[in-house]
Amino acid sequence: MKLIFELDKPGRRGFSYGANDVSATNPLPKKYCRLNQAQLPCLSELDVVRHFTNLSRLNFSVDTNFYPLGSCTMKYNPKFTEAIAALEGFTQLHPLLPQLSSKLAQGSLEVLYEFEQLLKEITGMSAFTLQPLAGAHGELTGVMLIAAYHKNRGSRRKYVVVPDSSHGTNPSSAAIAGYQVKVIPTGADGYMDLEQYKKQLDNEVAAVMLTCPDTLGLFNPRIKEIADLAHNVGALMYYDGANLNAMLGKARPGDLGFDLMHINLHKTFGTPHGGGGPGAGPVGVNEKLVEFLPISRVIRKEDAVFALEYNYPKSIGYVAPFYGNFGVILKAYAYILALGKDGLTRVAEVAVLNANYCQSRLKEYYDLAFDKTCMHECVFSASRQVKHGVHALDIAKYLIDQGYHPPTIYFPLIVQEALMIEPTETESKESLDAFIEIMIKIAGLAEENPALVTRAPLNMPVKRLDEVRAARQPDLCWKKS
Amino acid sequence: MSYIPHTQEDISQMLAAIGAKSIDDLFKDIPVALRPKSFNLPAEKSEFEVTQILRKAAAKNATGLVNFVGAGFYDHIIPAAVDALTSRSEFYTAYTPYQPECSQGWLQAIYEYQSIICRLTGLDVSNASLYDGGTALFEAMMMALRHTGRNKIILDSGINLIYRMMLYTYTSNLSIEFVEIPVEHGQSCREELFKCLDDKTAAVIFQNPNFFGAVDDHSDIVEKVHKFGALAIASVYPVSLGMLKTPGEMGFDIATGEGQSLGIPLSFGGPYLGFMAVKNQFVRQMPGRIVGATVDSDGKRGFVLTLQTREQHIRREKATSNICSNEALCALRAAVFVSLLGKEGFQELAQRNYQKAEFTKEALSRISGVEVKRSSPTFNEFTILLPRNADEVVRRMIEEGFACGFPLGRFYKGMDNYLLVAVTEKRTREEIGSFVDSLGAVL
Amino acid sequence: MNIPNNIFYTKDHEWARIEGKLAYVGISDYAAHSLGDITFVELPKIGQMLKQSAFCATVESVKAASDVYAPLSGKVVGVNAQLAANPELINQSPYEKGYFFSMEFSDEAEKNNLMDASAYQKYVEGIAK
Repeated sequence: MKLIFELDKPGRRGFSYGANDVSATNPLPKKYCRLNQAQLPCLSELDVVRHFTNLSRLNFSVDTNFYPLGSCTMKYNPKFTEAIAALEGFTQLHPLLPQLSSKLAQGSLEVLYEFEQLLKEITGMSAFTLQPLAGAHGELTGVMLIAAYHKNRGSRRKYVVVPDSSHGTNPSSAAIAGYQVKVIPTGADGYMDLEQYKKQLDNEVAAVMLTCPDTLGLFNPRIKEIADLAHNVGALMYYDGANLNAMLGKARPGDLGFDLMHINLHKTFGTPHGGGGPGAGPVGVNEKLVEFLPISRVIRKEDAVFALEYNYPKSIGYVAPFYGNFGVILKAYAYILALGKDGLTRVAEVAVLNANYCQSRLKEYYDLAFDKTCMHECVFSASRQVKHGVHALDIAKYLIDQGYHPPTIYFPLIVQEALMIEPTETESKESLDAFIEIMIKIAGLAEENPALVTRAPLNMPVKRLDEVRAARQPDLCWKKS
Repeated sequence: MSYIPHTQEDISQMLAAIGAKSIDDLFKDIPVALRPKSFNLPAEKSEFEVTQILRKAAAKNATGLVNFVGAGFYDHIIPAAVDALTSRSEFYTAYTPYQPECSQGWLQAIYEYQSIICRLTGLDVSNASLYDGGTALFEAMMMALRHTGRNKIILDSGINLIYRMMLYTYTSNLSIEFVEIPVEHGQSCREELFKCLDDKTAAVIFQNPNFFGAVDDHSDIVEKVHKFGALAIASVYPVSLGMLKTPGEMGFDIATGEGQSLGIPLSFGGPYLGFMAVKNQFVRQMPGRIVGATVDSDGKRGFVLTLQTREQHIRREKATSNICSNEALCALRAAVFVSLLGKEGFQELAQRNYQKAEFTKEALSRISGVEVKRSSPTFNEFTILLPRNADEVVRRMIEEGFACGFPLGRFYKGMDNYLLVAVTEKRTREEIGSFVDSLGAVL
Repeated sequence: MNIPNNIFYTKDHEWARIEGKLAYVGISDYAAHSLGDITFVELPKIGQMLKQSAFCATVESVKAASDVYAPLSGKVVGVNAQLAANPELINQSPYEKGYFFSMEFSDEAEKNNLMDASAYQKYVEGIAK
């Protein structure tokens, strides 16, 4: 497709502001004006609409394709939540209006307050900040809370411990907040190596960051012991909520011994992923950490009036300008209200059922990273197919040709040729069966006619793209040739 | 309603295939002692019921006020086509385009967004978006610290206080020396700045227009900053770039800003859009996703995520940032918005904002007791000095149907009588007229 | 696998070729091959002091970034400017055109910590198994 800049026809306009109803006599001095106008494309409204509509059709999405991208929880996004977030009473509200009078934003403050109450009960935490704007942003907020907690007790400590199966955001968030990272290997049983873990724990460890169930899709039955060991040296336990979907109503991070956590609203609570955001990453803490939470916080006064409170002297301060990604929070709130207690529990049950079904039916054809009952996702390795020259990447490309978004393939880093499948609870048995059939077919092709797999995709708008060229000669901004 | 399609029969067949007796069997790894101590949540509701609850909440918000509050976040007109196009679920129910062959639409749209940001800022390279203007400024500052290996940051106090507070929060565990330089006659105080600038300085950071709405040309400062080997960073209001000298033209190394004004609703603070553009030489220090053009095996143009070795999923604790998800859908809104306006429309938007603010200034200056601060030119926002406490005036004006501005005493000591007034293209002559009349009457 | 004689190797697959007081440094054919198409390299600065086995450069492919460690201690005196525009030289000619930098090494005895070609050959075969 042409780029929007290549459709440029000077003189065209796609939007009119109507006649100007004011005149001003005082021009801005030249010294402050831009020398050259921005070379933006000139198009009609239809040009723009057709261009972006056609672009949209070049994407796989949950609404068009099965999307079992492991670790990302690509579940169905209910449509009524979109309609709610588009209500003018919410979209038109300026975030600074409570500074004029808290009366002006009672509806939105109520939503924030009530949403926090629900998250507390779902996770077993004592309080939440809704400010973090994405999961990784929540992690960074969490690590800053950890630092504030330890500082308040005298020493900030030096290290954050993570398993080698962790998301890259964990060590990266710890490093940005000023910590050094200690990495614990995964043992032969698929769980974090407990002996190595014990060796690394000492009173310089500020926190242990864990994903639970972990990125291999496994729930570690010794999680309480792991938490106790950390607490014995005064370290805090951080719960990476990326995989919370499998835990709803089945286990709560607060009960498992975690002190703080983030939730990816765009995973667990069905808000759309938006092609890579916006997400939202509320952070929950137990009593140890409440006083350090970012400001402002929403409080409910006796007369059911909601207000913003800033008077928390030990707060870490501001992590976002306002109250978080309010539009995303609204959708997650509506989702939780609609599903209710039983609906949320059902989510975990069927997410786990679907993942185990895929695992059971495919394990004859692909090597499992660890052959155990999994939670929300199952992780295979294409090691058997690699012997025939068919890599995880090739399998992914063949799936694309067949209309399936591939599983996650470069992660977790500890599994060579990983194929990480997270079907989510909203996919029917029929869609799983169809996907499984294709996967079985690919396993067969890998042995009989690998070239058919390795040349894929053939049916897409583009064939395999030259990523080496993209990195060696970066072309990141369009220029008229 | 939990959007689960499974029938009882499906579940039985699936359990049989797994070899489990019940769904509970699948959760056997969670020790009984660790099961939830409570899970007291409300019962399920229909979408109609939930919608009614939230309609009621929405109705409690005072969105009917005529809005003159800005302070970094502006009430602009959003063309209907922006909502229509970004509501296409082929966009909003996709994820980060890790697999380029089935994500060319998203990848191309982001490449177009990047190209638009470069054109607006006058810089070479943009990333695919960051969370918001504040976190973007933090990321820019971190780039400067890494690039220079120094640890002193000079902040212009014309930067939005909220953003400065965010920078302090994020760096509270890093050993960074901050110096804040005062605003003089509305603009950056050169004298103070040059006193602080030295070869320990990693970056000097400005906002243009600054928090008080004042416009500056920082070219002279940027030149000096570079002589000391430091980087110059600007946080800019993108709509103003239809008119104002760009960060690129002033020589800035990095420009960031809040992209909310590019077709994104106010929505009580988010989701918004952090943007960042840099000179070519800093591209490998940039945080976040970047889309690049390349070719496929037939030589046909296509787009991919590129330079990924900067990122957390590969470099983990050595990554340039911890960011994973960004604000792609908001970046798409910005790309559609700017494409609809086009070259002329975008200039017109900026000029309308400027003109309406100037028109309002003139009208306000005719109210006796109101002093419009004119020590430096402004774009679409300006400060006025009232004869009384601004908080009181604001409260009275709410009763008249106006959110009349941001009372500066909320952020600055000694400015209790100052009000920061924003006027966008959305405010009509009639609204401005009755705003001025009401203010005159209230005073 | 190309493992030339007369140069020294490390366990992290760097090599050093001694020419008088200078050592030329790069990564082995084995390392370049394992990384795949190299897209970028970040070199030390001229004048920078290096310590044996300590971090000195980064080499990147599309999906990986690897640290490079100094085979010897000493001072960087020259860098291969060709690599900025042509990182593929590392794949094409790892021991000649794809060298990373040259250094004045400070301690002859450190050579004893390095492998010769035949020892490195055995080492690489050991990894492959």
